[in-house]
Amino acid sequence: MIKLNGRLKAGGILLLLFIIVGVILPRFSPYDPRSWNAVPRNLQPSLAHLLGTTSLGQDTFWLLTFAVQNSLFIGVVVAFFATTIGVLAGLIGGFVGGPIDRGLTLLMDVFISVPSLPILILVASLLHGKTSLLTISLVLIVFNWPWPARQVRSIALSMREREFINTARFSGASTLSIIVREIFPYVLTWSLANFVNTVLVAIATESGLAVIGLSSVEQATLGTMIYWGLQYQALLAHRWWWIGTPVIAIILLFIALFLASTGFADFSAERRGRQRA
Amino acid sequence: MLRLRDVKAYYQTPRAVVKAVDGVTLDVRENEILGIAGESGCGKSTLLRAMYDSLEPPLKIVAGKIEAEMKNDRGKTVTLAPGEIRKHWWRFISYIPQGSMSALNPVVRIEKQFFDAISRKHHLTNRREIHERIASYLRELELPVEVLNSYPHQLSGGMRQRVLVALGTFLHPQIVLADEPTTALDVVIQKGILLMLAQVQEQMKNSLVIVSHDIGVHYQITHRIAIMYNGKIVEIGPTETVFNNPLHPYTQMLIQSIPHVGDQKHREGISGRPPSLTDPPPGCRFAARCPFVMDICREEMPSLLEVEPDHFVACYLHREPLQARKGVG
Amino acid sequence: MSDLLLEIKDVTKVFRRGGLLFGTELLAVDHVNLSLDKNKPSILSIVGESGSGKTTLAKIILKLHEPTSGDVLLEGKSVFGPHPDLDTLAYYRTVQPIFQNPFETFSLRKYVDSYLYDTALNLKIAKDRKEARDIIADALSSVGLDINAVAGKYPNQFSGGELQRISVARGLIPRPKLIVADEPVSMIDASLRMNIVNMFLSLKEKYNVSFIYITHDLSTAYYVSDYVAIMYRGNVIEYGKSDRILTNPIHPYTELLLDSVPTGGKKWERALPDIELKEHQNTACKFANRCPFVQAVCRVNKPPLVQIPGEREVLCFKPVDYELGRTTLSQEPEKVTT
Repeated sequence: MIKLNGRLKAGGILLLLFIIVGVILPRFSPYDPRSWNAVPRNLQPSLAHLLGTTSLGQDTFWLLTFAVQNSLFIGVVVAFFATTIGVLAGLIGGFVGGPIDRGLTLLMDVFISVPSLPILILVASLLHGKTSLLTISLVLIVFNWPWPARQVRSIALSMREREFINTARFSGASTLSIIVREIFPYVLTWSLANFVNTVLVAIATESGLAVIGLSSVEQATLGTMIYWGLQYQALLAHRWWWIGTPVIAIILLFIALFLASTGFADFSAERRGRQRA
Repeated sequence: MLRLRDVKAYYQTPRAVVKAVDGVTLDVRENEILGIAGESGCGKSTLLRAMYDSLEPPLKIVAGKIEAEMKNDRGKTVTLAPGEIRKHWWRFISYIPQGSMSALNPVVRIEKQFFDAISRKHHLTNRREIHERIASYLRELELPVEVLNSYPHQLSGGMRQRVLVALGTFLHPQIVLADEPTTALDVVIQKGILLMLAQVQEQMKNSLVIVSHDIGVHYQITHRIAIMYNGKIVEIGPTETVFNNPLHPYTQMLIQSIPHVGDQKHREGISGRPPSLTDPPPGCRFAARCPFVMDICREEMPSLLEVEPDHFVACYLHREPLQARKGVG
Repeated sequence: MSDLLLEIKDVTKVFRRGGLLFGTELLAVDHVNLSLDKNKPSILSIVGESGSGKTTLAKIILKLHEPTSGDVLLEGKSVFGPHPDLDTLAYYRTVQPIFQNPFETFSLRKYVDSYLYDTALNLKIAKDRKEARDIIADALSSVGLDINAVAGKYPNQFSGGELQRISVARGLIPRPKLIVADEPVSMIDASLRMNIVNMFLSLKEKYNVSFIYITHDLSTAYYVSDYVAIMYRGNVIEYGKSDRILTNPIHPYTELLLDSVPTGGKKWERALPDIELKEHQNTACKFANRCPFVQAVCRVNKPPLVQIPGEREVLCFKPVDYELGRTTLSQEPEKVTT
């Protein structure tokens, strides 16, 4: 029996919850999140509407399922591509060095020093609020790949000098084989941590944009829920179920991801320790 | 000066108990250089740390007694136990670690590290005076005074180790513990540092305990030598005596295994591995590797007996004690 | 066809530290010439302290560094020339390394035997894994290990000595002509060093492989080598057959080294030798500031490479009575007992 530690269990359960809410439940939704006035407005939570209804005539609970789905989608897609591109760039630049490394480092530095939020606001304003989730995801990928890239590059750089790399060379290994079999395993745990981190950053950024109205506001995301709630003064009108739901959901999602990633880090460190004779 | 009686220091972890020091009895006497020799993993570093009273959990003294006799400021002799010994670090007892790069703070200049170590505990506040004292001590040790102004990475490995020796002896402590002070240093530098340590001991007439796996080092500067194997002392006596007449088979193998420059005699290293410290066998720990092993060796642990004046060995090959009493080395 | 297995021809290596404008230069290897005979396998020890350049020289022989000038010839073929005559595969089948730190030689996250299989398959010693296994078992047994005790384990499940043996076994798989061992026993307990060193001797006989043994420990060097080269600050200051050098050292630095080895035979004199800091002044002979026999000419003129009959060379003014222009002696000088 594999023993999981407390954090990993807690984080894992929460994440599972979110996956159920975001991936499975939307299929059962009786309402389309984009249609307004499907139900009576501003109802308090009841058995018919578990989290009440919004001022736009949407069932808050079922809206939440779509919001979680879309936010998770953005988070995972951005994280996947950004991490993949970043790890590849970092490994190649760090290990191979030379002009390739200099070029990649320049790119990394450019995208890190240019602040992403103003650019995003610029892009979003230019498209007059008709940005799709895809556009936003693309921009987020472009701005997020340098972080894992820099980290992986410095790992690859430091590993280049290690003796077992020389052993691998004298065992006839090609450069590609060395990168994949010798260096990548060290980078793997970092990559996973980076992945989870980028999920958080992507969701947070999109939500931030949404709150100021620059995301794709007809789509349901956790951020756009907050946006509409603010537009309709949900706070002032004490309609806590509408604005509270996405806020609490974001907080819980972040906690879940944090617990799961740190729990996993502890878990894998312990497993490696156990392999010692 | 320092008395250890049947001291047991174990690492207690949830997975296993590592019996690093498993029943050690010895004395550190005044005005002597005592060497502790043995392979890596035999527990000698742990023993040193137990003497220095610097054991942290999961490492603990689980049995036995350690007593230190300190002459305090008024000239009276006070007996200290673990817990109290640590209050007198630097002044009564000091510790020179191996791996000098990690022992010094890399972002602080050497002079400040002296200050930090010394002034905090000893109410010396006049910085100029302290500086003068440190500088004059360095001159005594023939260390260039410029090292005070340097950062650790600006000094070579040998120089850093010398700085550590200076730090450890500056307040003229009564006991100096050195853990592998020259491992990873070149032979010429090693010789310089060892001679420096010996010279300091000769001048201060205090006690110096040196731990090293290199038996040649022990031959060169120690007065007495203790051979440690798998958590226990197997032989202890004056260095010349032990080298001329090694009684324990392990000691014989150790001495045999180092080449002497100038003789082409065929030499063998020691074969095999020591038993695990978590699950030691009953009886003598060396039985599995001993060329002279007998049945009784596997059943019961031999105790340290004085076989020649001041020369003790724990081995069934030598069972005629000088006096019929259990020995204290 | 060359008569020499290895020829190090006038190799120099300069490292630049710092930037383009204000960096400093470090002369790590200074016009070194050494060679190994092809017909008889031999062990050459390169002895020196840290900063002597011995490790840099080893890495140049292993093609891990490029020399600033000079070349290395392997069986007559240039390694660093404009069109290197040796392809990489052939190179790795001729020269193999043993590194200093056995725990760094293998990745802690891979099985140790994966490197053995890689060597056998990549260097085309075996056609498939089955054949490789036999070859590996054979290599391991020649270093005293059983393949079943090694298979499927991580490096941290072995002791330092065992890992060094595995490292040697891996190097033996392509049946190289030369093994370059960079301080292979300095991280192993003194009492266990002879095991590894004796193994080099028996492997030399059994497989006809030559060794270059880099070390700062004169006692093991003396024990195992046929020839010794002593390096100091980038120069080879003495070279010759090991028993001659160690019974009759000529260069003052060789004497200093011999004197510093903590042996069981003779006790040291109670004198503090000079400390390294004093030597950072530029003199022609790099050892001048520490030399008990230094004279004015040593500080001003570079010492000559003196050829002495019996395959000996010394880089020093002392054997030629401090005269400029002399580079040969008719016989070995007598040992002066101080």
